[in-house]
Amino acid sequence: MTEELHEIRLRVNGIVHTVSVPARRLLSDCLRHDLGLTGTHVGCEHGVCGACTVLVDGRPMRSCLMFAVSAAQHEDITTVEGLAGPGGEPHPVQRAFAECHALQCGFCTPGFLTLIAGYLEDNPDPSEEEAREAVSGNLCRCTGYQNIVSAVQRAAELRTAEVVGGPARAAEEAPAPQPHSEGGHQ
Amino acid sequence: MKPSAFTYHAPTSLDDAVRVLAEAGPDGKVLAGGQSLIPMMNMRLAAPAVLVDINRLPGLDTVRVDTGGVRVGALVRHTDLEDDAQAARTVPLLRQGLRLVAHPVIRNRGTTVGSIVHADPSAEMPAVLALLGGSMEVRGPSGTRSVGAADFFTGPLETGMAEGEIAVSAYFPRPAPGSGTAFVEIARRSGDYAMCGVAAVVTLDADLRITAARCCYISVAPVPLVVDMAEAVVGAVPASADLSAAADLAADRIEPEDDIHASADYRAHLARVLTERALAEAAEAALRETAGPGPHTTGIGAMR
Ligand SMILES: Cc1cc2nc3c(=O)[nH]c(=O)nc-3n(C[C@H](O)[C@H](O)[C@H](O)COP(=O)(O)OP(=O)(O)OC[C@H]3O[C@@H](n4cnc5c(N)ncnc54)[C@H](O)[C@@H]3O)c2cc1C
Ligand code: FES
Ligand code: FES
Repeated sequence: MTEELHEIRLRVNGIVHTVSVPARRLLSDCLRHDLGLTGTHVGCEHGVCGACTVLVDGRPMRSCLMFAVSAAQHEDITTVEGLAGPGGEPHPVQRAFAECHALQCGFCTPGFLTLIAGYLEDNPDPSEEEAREAVSGNLCRCTGYQNIVSAVQRAAELRTAEVVGGPARAAEEAPAPQPHSEGGHQ
Repeated sequence: MKPSAFTYHAPTSLDDAVRVLAEAGPDGKVLAGGQSLIPMMNMRLAAPAVLVDINRLPGLDTVRVDTGGVRVGALVRHTDLEDDAQAARTVPLLRQGLRLVAHPVIRNRGTTVGSIVHADPSAEMPAVLALLGGSMEVRGPSGTRSVGAADFFTGPLETGMAEGEIAVSAYFPRPAPGSGTAFVEIARRSGDYAMCGVAAVVTLDADLRITAARCCYISVAPVPLVVDMAEAVVGAVPASADLSAAADLAADRIEPEDDIHASADYRAHLARVLTERALAEAAEAALRETAGPGPHTTGIGAMR
């Protein structure tokens, strides 16, 4: 039996793609295999690990728990490849992850980045406890969560500075806590 | 793993959806948020031949609040109901329960009605419906009918819905005046299904004596189990209510089972402890409710 194909239009990171997929194609597989956007990772395929998280109309969702044919009903999908600004400058969450050492192997990272980018749109200034709760649905097996939680709060500062400018700018210019920074002891 | 092949329909009217589902017979399944169905399909625990995706149906994504309660359409995502301030004021147990459902990312896609239809005995929202005595509005080839919570949950993952029926909405009645509610649970990890959970409603009269109290249990019975606590606590003021007698009533009714997450004994222990916590919290909320809006402190002393 040859499987029926559905021609769908998916708007991903601002670009409209037309692809033919069987109904059972998961959005995660469609992004990776049909569109070549391999930044979206796949871990468990049952909603538990969060590696496959993407933004659907701005809200973080599991791309392994959505069929591409259903996702086509939505306006807009953002994957980790779409987080950077128009000139390629990293998103505040990406800068915060680098600054706070919030990744090691990077397998879980795309899921965290999209999750946090979406979260900060609704919660621009989370407390530490809120930041911890926000990332509690995503698993990281090597970095540990302390730095990831710090990165959520640092990303919030960077984002506020970017969006609002003005006084919060200072946060960006202040030197970030770094173990080996500016001279001192070598 | 990947789901097996199926025929996909995404109707744009409820009549079409009902017709397509009826044509599919026992091989057809409704796809709502997919947060329970797709994991099962990915693991090949479910392999429906026909999926009827209801996400394009118009008019099902609304929350309607009136003085009597809250009606939740089939496409209302957990997150949207949780964020609805009017719904939370009218039936606070909605938000109290929703906060415990999975993680925010799952709640962004999963629907409250879908979770009730799925009827997992560990799920929170079926317990909310059962405790409040709510009902489901379902639509099938022969029309629309309403099914009360007591008849809706018939077994683990089993409901009183007939083949070919689509749930259109869930109705959560507002508890009686003078009532407070709470939902407490214990899970291994944040966002997991609970090893045991208890929802409670406590109603007080003008003298701040308990006139009614009920609890609903998850993960310790085949369906969300409602236990009337009147016998143990009615007539008492919250501060001197015999909560351990209430825990005894629960212990007699629950049927916990061993599994990889917890032993039956441990679940039974949790049910006792959580009964006391849930009733105490619900009574607190009832005291605040009775005190009414405005500056006040809680507790019986402050009421006199
Ligand atoms: C990692 C993870 C953790 C979770 N943890 C929890 C938890 O702690 N507590 C909890 O309660 N839930 C939990 N869930 C499940 C979640 O709440 C689901 O959203 C919910 O159970 C199902 O809603 P849905 O809209 O996604 O339904 P779907 O997955 O689309 O459907 C579920 C079932 O209901 C049927 N159905 C759905 N809607 C209708 C309708 N309108 N008419 C007729 N049939 C319908 C489907 O055919 C299917 O059989 C978790 C899920 C995941 C992936
Ligand atoms: S791959 Fe989607 S949650 Fe793990
Ligand atoms: S960085 Fe390796 S799993 Fe998170």
